[in-house]
Amino acid sequence: MIFSIVVQGAPHTQQSAESALRFARAVLAQGHQIYRVFFSGDGIHNGSALATPQQDESHVVAGWQALARDHQLDLVVCIAAALRRGVMDAGEAKRHDKSQHNLAEGFTLSGLGQLTDAALNSDRVITFGS
Amino acid sequence: MSELSFLIINRRAPYASNQAREGLDAALTAAVFEQSVSMLFLSDGVYQLLKEQQPAAIGQKTLSANLQVLPMYDIDKLYVCAQAMAERNLSTDQLVVPVELLDKHAINALIKQQDRVLTF
Repeated sequence: MIFSIVVQGAPHTQQSAESALRFARAVLAQGHQIYRVFFSGDGIHNGSALATPQQDESHVVAGWQALARDHQLDLVVCIAAALRRGVMDAGEAKRHDKSQHNLAEGFTLSGLGQLTDAALNSDRVITFGS
Repeated sequence: MSELSFLIINRRAPYASNQAREGLDAALTAAVFEQSVSMLFLSDGVYQLLKEQQPAAIGQKTLSANLQVLPMYDIDKLYVCAQAMAERNLSTDQLVVPVELLDKHAINALIKQQDRVLTF
């Protein structure tokens, strides 16, 4: 079965981010496919390269990155939600005249159309809310 | 690509979080992709539909304008949980758009009919 996952919760604020990551691992472990993980609202913080949890805590951002590396996951961060909250890639930083950028490697910025596209190309869309 | 039925479920009050706006944006985007989109308002989500909201006072934009353009995007099926309305002592004439009231059984049936459900 082909899944897409929507993540609306920020890591270390809401359990939904960690739950989504664990669900993604379970889906792949059972031999299913993930078409896309779409991060919206506060979920965009899952794509912050600067997230630095304490060493004895789960590192959710690194968890997504490892999963993406191992399974070629498409991790898409909602661009409008991300810019509002100060997460951006080098291109957006330049466009908005910012001196820094912080979108973590393995994630891409794109629009809400990617959510509809994910729903159209997946058998199931599972939302982890805020 | 064949047309699928999308149901956007809104459960949150309009201005305490950005979920209401995200739900509306997701609905409009799916409609732009020429999918069949309907919306269901549950729990505090029914407050999103109230008339005469003035969120500018707290630095926010009103949802009413977006709600009123939904028919232009062929999103004309708006469903509301009858129990949520009753619990909040609200009637449909207080809402900014025409809606259909559904009881719990009808809500179950509605969700079951959908190809895709997105919750906000």
